[in-house]
Amino acid sequence: MRKVYSRILQIVGDVIAVEAEGVGNQELAEINTSRGKSLAQVIKLDGSKVSLQVFAGSRGISTGDEVRFLGHRMQVSFSDNLMGRIFNGSGIPRDNGPSLADNMVEIGGPSVNPAKRIIPNRMVRTGIPMIDVFNSLVVSQKLPIFSVAGEPYNELLARIAMQAEVDVIILGGLGLKYDDFLFFRDTLEEHGALSRSILFVHTASDPTVECIMVPDMCLAVAEQFAIKGKDVLVLLTDMTNFADALKEVAVTMEQIPSNRGYPGDLYSQLAARYEKAVDFSDQGSITVLAVTTMPGDDVTHPVPDNTGYITEGQFYLRNGRIEPFGSLSRLKQQVNGKTREDHRTVMDTMIQLYADFKETKEKLAMGFQVSKWDEKLLKYGALFEEKLMSLKVNVPLEKALDRGWEIMAECFSPEETGIKTEMTNKFWPKSKTPVEQEPRAGEEEGEGIEEGPRTVEELSAGDGNNNSAAGKKN
Amino acid sequence: MSERTGKISAINGNMIVAEFENYVLQNEVAYAVAGNEKLKSEVIRIRGRKADLQVYENTESLKVGDKVEFSGELLSVELGPGLLTQIYDGLQNPLPQIAKECGYFLKRGVYLNALSYEQEWEFTPEAKKGDKVKAGDFLGSVPEGIFKHYITVPFSFREEYEVSSVAPKGNYKIKDTIAEIKDKKGNTEKVSMVQLWPVKLPIRAYAEKIKPADPLITKVRIIDTLVPVALGGTYCIPGPFGAGKTVLQQITSRHAEVDIVIIAACGERAGEVVETLLEFPELKDPRTGKSLMERTIIICNTSSMPVAARESSVYTAVTIAEYYRQMGLNVLLLPDSTSRWAQAMREMSGRLEEIPGEEAFPAYLESRIASFYERAGIVRLNNGKIGSVTIGGTVSPAGGNFEEPVTQATLKVVGAFLGLSRARSDARKYPAIDPLDSWSKYESVVEREQVEYVRYILRKSSEVGQMMKVVGEEGTAMSDFIEYLKGEFVDDVYLQQNAFDEVDGATPAERQKYVFGILYEILKSDFTFGTKDEARHFFHEIRQEFKNWNSDPWGSGKFGERQKSLKEKVEKNVKDKG
Repeated sequence: MRKVYSRILQIVGDVIAVEAEGVGNQELAEINTSRGKSLAQVIKLDGSKVSLQVFAGSRGISTGDEVRFLGHRMQVSFSDNLMGRIFNGSGIPRDNGPSLADNMVEIGGPSVNPAKRIIPNRMVRTGIPMIDVFNSLVVSQKLPIFSVAGEPYNELLARIAMQAEVDVIILGGLGLKYDDFLFFRDTLEEHGALSRSILFVHTASDPTVECIMVPDMCLAVAEQFAIKGKDVLVLLTDMTNFADALKEVAVTMEQIPSNRGYPGDLYSQLAARYEKAVDFSDQGSITVLAVTTMPGDDVTHPVPDNTGYITEGQFYLRNGRIEPFGSLSRLKQQVNGKTREDHRTVMDTMIQLYADFKETKEKLAMGFQVSKWDEKLLKYGALFEEKLMSLKVNVPLEKALDRGWEIMAECFSPEETGIKTEMTNKFWPKSKTPVEQEPRAGEEEGEGIEEGPRTVEELSAGDGNNNSAAGKKN
Repeated sequence: MSERTGKISAINGNMIVAEFENYVLQNEVAYAVAGNEKLKSEVIRIRGRKADLQVYENTESLKVGDKVEFSGELLSVELGPGLLTQIYDGLQNPLPQIAKECGYFLKRGVYLNALSYEQEWEFTPEAKKGDKVKAGDFLGSVPEGIFKHYITVPFSFREEYEVSSVAPKGNYKIKDTIAEIKDKKGNTEKVSMVQLWPVKLPIRAYAEKIKPADPLITKVRIIDTLVPVALGGTYCIPGPFGAGKTVLQQITSRHAEVDIVIIAACGERAGEVVETLLEFPELKDPRTGKSLMERTIIICNTSSMPVAARESSVYTAVTIAEYYRQMGLNVLLLPDSTSRWAQAMREMSGRLEEIPGEEAFPAYLESRIASFYERAGIVRLNNGKIGSVTIGGTVSPAGGNFEEPVTQATLKVVGAFLGLSRARSDARKYPAIDPLDSWSKYESVVEREQVEYVRYILRKSSEVGQMMKVVGEEGTAMSDFIEYLKGEFVDDVYLQQNAFDEVDGATPAERQKYVFGILYEILKSDFTFGTKDEARHFFHEIRQEFKNWNSDPWGSGKFGERQKSLKEKVEKNVKDKG
């Protein structure tokens, strides 16, 4: 029988201090309050003074409440019964189902021995050209989606979840809006994916400390599935809330903040979670996609900044599309050499040309005359944005590559692209027919093109042709 | 010596406070006993009867009142034959062996021997009875892979000794005595093939430190030509995330013309280490024809491994580097990233409640960084041989802003600054080293005059480019415009390099000299064009040709042909001298 302590010395924020003996660091305790039971975890020991963070928050805790230490760390039940279930950050069901207590595993376990990892080599196809062609997602990758409030990042996450070929999907909601929680649940259900999904959801109105637990719960379960040979996709949204929760606890504990109030170990804390992504040498894998909203759209903010240093690249989601600049999949080289021989060439060239296009647009905005080269670039940029960048585009990789060549052929001569001759000989579209669709005039690319005569265009195909019209012409 | 112990009185993250009875040494290693696990820790502060210790492991389930055992030794590494090809964690535990014992996950409290005590090495004596020897002098050697691994008088021996016996040629285990030496008072010391050295102290068993002069060839054109690195020098690669720091390190670790490469993955991604780990044994070192792994040691304390061990990992790495330097070898040490090491210091400093400096980094940050980089250098050993340690550390500045404390402290002490720029990496211009901001105090592989001219073109080109953003192409004089195009051309065909192209990915010094000479000629030419579009078209054309040329193997027939056709294309547009 474990001892019960009822001398709470101090309550600050969500951290309480109690006088107790024989307590292990990071041990779990149960507190009986007038509002019901809550779990708490030891975060600091000083002599007989034990500091605990209370998962349900300290509101309503009396200095006379009972604290019972459980002798183990935070655990989560692991079995196939988890499938299709929804829990909160403490592992309590929030879907009216029974609570699970069999086969408990500790969360936040030690890291994987690097010697047991393998070089990731399987691509996750998403049907989104900005990912598949330009920044391929790879099994076992950890990748954040940098975005700002208001962008459709949860929609993107859900879409990737639907289309990615994995065995188990684990969704961790951190400070999720209740609507978004329902959105995820309903979307997964509609596509019949809920039965292979497990949700750990902390909504914005839940206690802060539970937010900190969510990634560990998700990843501990993911790890167990991975060891059993399953490919697991972990989706976390939004990790900025996780960092803010850490900040809240750190400040309560009177730690010296390092940067904008965040604790000095923010990097290590984030890394401990992201590094759980793994491809085991002879078992399954964990792939982590995590939304990180950037306060004020500032990538140098400590949360996205530290995240970027940990993860294997990042996707920028801005204006409803994945930005080609800045977005990067560090592991793409592992897979994009094996897809089709022109994959890398198309990827590099199109981005370089798009960068030139951006420069031209800047020039244009300042009211300069455009050169012939600039006109070509403007045309190219518009086509690129419409046919490849838009999130509406849903085509397999090979088709997206073909589309890339078509776009380049429509705007440039082969040597203008700087692509090696052997490559253009093989892939440059022979017949210079227009691609299915011309850019609609007026929108982003409008300003310059409309005024200047489009002398360079080899093709006189008018604006506004839609798919069917172009088809008829051919 | 009686066993000294203490009791834990407080725990805060990875810091524990121990009350002790007897005495303790600053920076000695101690073990916190948790059940049947012993957790390695280091004394970092002593106040009264209380010692603050940083624990190199997770402190989960440690209790107040648990025992602490003091060892009396400073944190040390084992040095001896068998270090090469190894993969260690920050405390020199061999990770593959740990995997064998513990499975998928790292287990705390498991410490294995860094070197095999069973393996036999073929020892050949070099010293004779009666020789006078000092610390660091060679007693004999064993073959280790492609190297002759010298067994020396331990670096910790401070006096002059006389060799009283040396083991005959034969096979020995590393703990076997291979020599006996006696000091002036007649005390005899036994010497084996393995010795311990505390990681935080530099090894100083050499005659003198000399000035780095010879370039270290990395085969990365922009480095060797524009911002060169010297053997025994120091350089740093700061850059925002995604700019290609680690890729640049990996490329260097493959192609650099040095004897031994030590990769210290300090607080970075595990995946990157795995790449090196699994690919290097397959890759051939063009200089020796053997696998690259044979010249490599990996020290790996990735970001999810305990923080305190991260701090010690860079010291472990540099100590091993110094050890091989003592054999007259050129060693390249690549810590990635020193910012994580600095952050580890910051974390500890915060727990110790020290008064924070800038951005909460401790006040001793600068001096620690300086003394680390100062462990690089080229030295003349007692026997006249030359050995060197070159350190090239990456820095990960918060927000990509170089004005932060770690970058600034590093810049003060390095000889070359290879600053990576976000703008270049966004435009997929790799390696993304900024040619204008970066600098080096070392000598380039190509002639200074040519480099100066190219620098001038690059600067001018960038200026014209900036100006054009304001006045537009039409407001730019033709001569300026041509210089602008020349600058872009140099960048495209020489500074950028395709790491995935077998030929283009690694350019030997000889080829760099040759190609740069041709490039210089082209840049010096006086071109004449009717219109700006014509000029642009011309440069696009020769850019194409030059890029193709970069992929032609050095000395092949194709190489010559392409050069000819390039020359013809250029000459067509050179202004008639008449």
